[in-house]
Amino acid sequence: MSKLERIKVVELPAEQNLRPLLHEIGHALRKLADRGEEHVIDLRAMPFGPGDEAALMRFLGEGEASGRVDALGETRIRESRFPGVWLIDHYNEDGGRIALQIEITRMPSILRTPPEELQDSLAGFGLALKERETN
Amino acid sequence: MTPTEFLVLTRGPLFDIAVTIFVFGIVLRLFEVLILGRKADLAAARGAEFKPGMATVMRRFVPDREKLQGSPVVTILGYLFHVGFFVCLLLFVPHIELIHSTLGISWPGLPTAMIDAVAVITMLALVGLFINRLNSKLLRFLSTFEDYFLLVVVFLTLFTGYLAFHRIVEPYPTALALHLLSVELMLVIFPFTKLMHTFTAFLGRYYNGAMYGRRGVES
Amino acid sequence: MSDHNTLGEILRERGVSRRGFLKFCTATASMMALPPTMTMAVAEALEKAPRPSVIWLSFQECTGCTESLTRSHAPTIESLIFDHVSLDYHHTLQAASGDAAEAAREEAMHAHHGKYLLVVDGSIPLGDPGFSTIAGISNLDMLKETAEGAAAIIAVGTCAAFGGLPHAAPNPTGAVSVSDIIKDKPIVNVSGCPPIPSVITGVLAHFLTFGGLPELDQYGRPMVFFGQSIHDRCYRRPFYDKGLFAETFDDEGARKGWCLYRLGCKGPMTYNACATMKWNQGTSWPIESGHGCLGCSEPDFWDAGGFYKALSIPTSDLAGAIGTGLGVGAAVGIAAGAMAHKKKTDAEHEREPLTVEQLEGES
Ligand code: SF4
Ligand code: SF4
Repeated sequence: MSKLERIKVVELPAEQNLRPLLHEIGHALRKLADRGEEHVIDLRAMPFGPGDEAALMRFLGEGEASGRVDALGETRIRESRFPGVWLIDHYNEDGGRIALQIEITRMPSILRTPPEELQDSLAGFGLALKERETN
Repeated sequence: MTPTEFLVLTRGPLFDIAVTIFVFGIVLRLFEVLILGRKADLAAARGAEFKPGMATVMRRFVPDREKLQGSPVVTILGYLFHVGFFVCLLLFVPHIELIHSTLGISWPGLPTAMIDAVAVITMLALVGLFINRLNSKLLRFLSTFEDYFLLVVVFLTLFTGYLAFHRIVEPYPTALALHLLSVELMLVIFPFTKLMHTFTAFLGRYYNGAMYGRRGVES
Repeated sequence: MSDHNTLGEILRERGVSRRGFLKFCTATASMMALPPTMTMAVAEALEKAPRPSVIWLSFQECTGCTESLTRSHAPTIESLIFDHVSLDYHHTLQAASGDAAEAAREEAMHAHHGKYLLVVDGSIPLGDPGFSTIAGISNLDMLKETAEGAAAIIAVGTCAAFGGLPHAAPNPTGAVSVSDIIKDKPIVNVSGCPPIPSVITGVLAHFLTFGGLPELDQYGRPMVFFGQSIHDRCYRRPFYDKGLFAETFDDEGARKGWCLYRLGCKGPMTYNACATMKWNQGTSWPIESGHGCLGCSEPDFWDAGGFYKALSIPTSDLAGAIGTGLGVGAAVGIAAGAMAHKKKTDAEHEREPLTVEQLEGES
C-alpha cells in the first residue's frame, strides 16, 4: 500500500479517446452550417476513460442558452460555447442519468412542443379560459 | 471442440510437445555437427582462430556487393524477410511476454502499429521470394519440395498472427489457436529441415573465418 | 390494467407526457445501442407494442443474474418495461410459491401458447436430475415443457448461455446450456457473469419494440452488445499499442492506468459491452477499476488458462518441456555424433589410397 501511495496519480491523456468524437462533432457542425442537416450523437456508445467526459465538457464549454424539461425526471439542456452544439443530459426521477447526447441543431428536439400535444393543449386552454371567465 | 478448448489445447499440451521436439532436435543436430568435428590442421598456425571466426560471423550480416548485383531480388527480399521476421518475433509484446514467462528475461517491445507494418512487409517479401523461385529457371531447377514447403510454413505463422491481431477470423480464440498451431508446426519441423540454418549458418561462418584466420588469411 | 393495452396507452394512463415518452424512447434506443436516428422508429413501435407474457425459469444458478437486473441502471425505464411485461412466473421474485406458483406457470403457458417469452438463467444438469429440481420437476423436464410453447428464449447469463461455472471442469453435474437442449426455438444468449443489466433490459426492450430478436453473432449473442471486443473499445488501448504495461497491480504503470495485458487481461478474446455501457449506473467498469477482464461472457472462460496469466503465455509446463528436450536431445545427440564420428574415422582407416599403378592397370 505504501508503495502505491508513493506513485502520484496522473491524469490520462484524454485526447486519444476524444479525438474521433470531436471530429464527428466538427463534421456535423459543418453540415448544419452548409445544409441545415441535423445530427445526434449518443455518448453512451463512446469508450470513454476516466477524465474523458470532463475533458469533453471543458472543451465544449458553456454558451448563452440553456433549458430544462421536467418529464419522467429532469432533462438539462445547454448550448456549448459553439452555437449549434447542444448537450442534452437526461435523468430519471431518482436523479440517475439515463442518456447523454450531443445534438447538432439550431433547436434541440426535446424543447420543441410535440405536435401530438397541441390538440389537448388547445382543449385545456379553452377549458381554463372558460373557467376563468365564468368566475 | 469449442474454440476455447481448441485454444487451451494449442496453448497447453500441443505447445509443450512442439517445444520439446524443437529443443530436442536442435540439441541433437548441434551435437552431431560439433562432435563430428573437423580434421586436425597439422600445419603451424599463422594467426588466431577465435577472433577472425567471430568477425566473419558478424561481417556476413552485411550484404556484399557482388551478391547484391548478381541476384538483387533474392538479396533484398531475403534481408527484408529475415529482419522483419525477427522484429515480429522478438519485439511484439505478447511474444516478449511468452519469452518472459519461460526464460525469465524481457525487454521493451515496439508499438503494435509498427509491428503491423513490419509484418505486412515481411509477408510481401515472402510472397516475392516464392514467386521469384517459381520464375527463375535456375532457382526452379535447384528447388525441392522442401524449399516451397518451408516458405509456406513460415508464411503461415506470420499470416495467422496477422489474422489474429486484426481479428479477421472469429472468434478470437480460434484465430489465436490457429496461429499457435502454425507456430507449433514450424517448431516441430525446424530442426529437421533447412530452417536449421538459423543455427548452423553461424557455425559455418565461424569455421570459415577461423580456418582462414589460422592460415593468416583475411576471409 | 388489461392485457390488451399497448405500452403507449399504459404510459398515457400514468400521465406520462409526449416529451416524457420521447425521452423514454431516447433512453431505450440508447440502451439497445441503436443509433439516435432510430428513436422515432422506437417510439412508433413502442406506442403500439402489445404486452407480452414472460416466464422466467431459474436452474443451476446463483441468482446473480436476477440481482444484476433488479439493480439495474435506469430505474424508470426498467420499471416501465417491467410494468409493461407481464412477468407470470419467476420463482425468486414472485410472491406465490409451491403449487400456486406452478399453477401460474401452467396457466400462462396455456393462455399465451406460442406467444410468451421464456427467460432462463442457470445451467441444466444432465447427470442426475436430482441435482436441481423445482417443485419435484427436474430442470430438464421443466425447460422442455416450457420451451415448447415459447415464441423465443432468452438465455440470461453465461450459465444458461454456455454452461458457465457449473459446466467448468470437472463439471460434476453434467451441466449444459439451454441451446444444448433446445434446438427448434430462436434463442438469444445474453452472456456475462453476470450480464450487464442494461444489456438484459436492452434485449427485452428489443423484443418489446420490434417483436422479434436482434441480429445475433455466432454464439447467439446480440451483435449490438457483443459485436466488438473489450480490447477494441478499451480506453487503455492506446497504451497497449504503445507498449506501456502495468507489471503488477501496484506499480507505476498500474497507477498511471497503463494496459493490463501482462496482468492477464482477457479483453482481446472477450466480446461484451462493458467498455461502453459500463457498470453501476455507468460509474466504471472492471478495467477502469484497475483489474483485467476475466472473459466472463465467453464460453468456457473458467477453464481458459488462468485469470492472471497473459493470453499469449502457454498454460502448461514449458520449462519442463525445454528441460526434457535439452536432456534427451543432448544424450541422443552425443550418441549420434559419436556414431557418426566413429563412422568417419573408420572410413578414414579403411580407405585404401589409389595408386598410379592401379589407375594405369584399369585403363
Ligand atoms: S487493458 Fe485489456 S482490454 Fe484494455 S487494452 Fe489492455 S489488454 Fe486490451
Ligand atoms: S470486463 Fe470482462 S470479465 Fe469483467 S464483466 Fe466485462 S466481460 Fe466480464
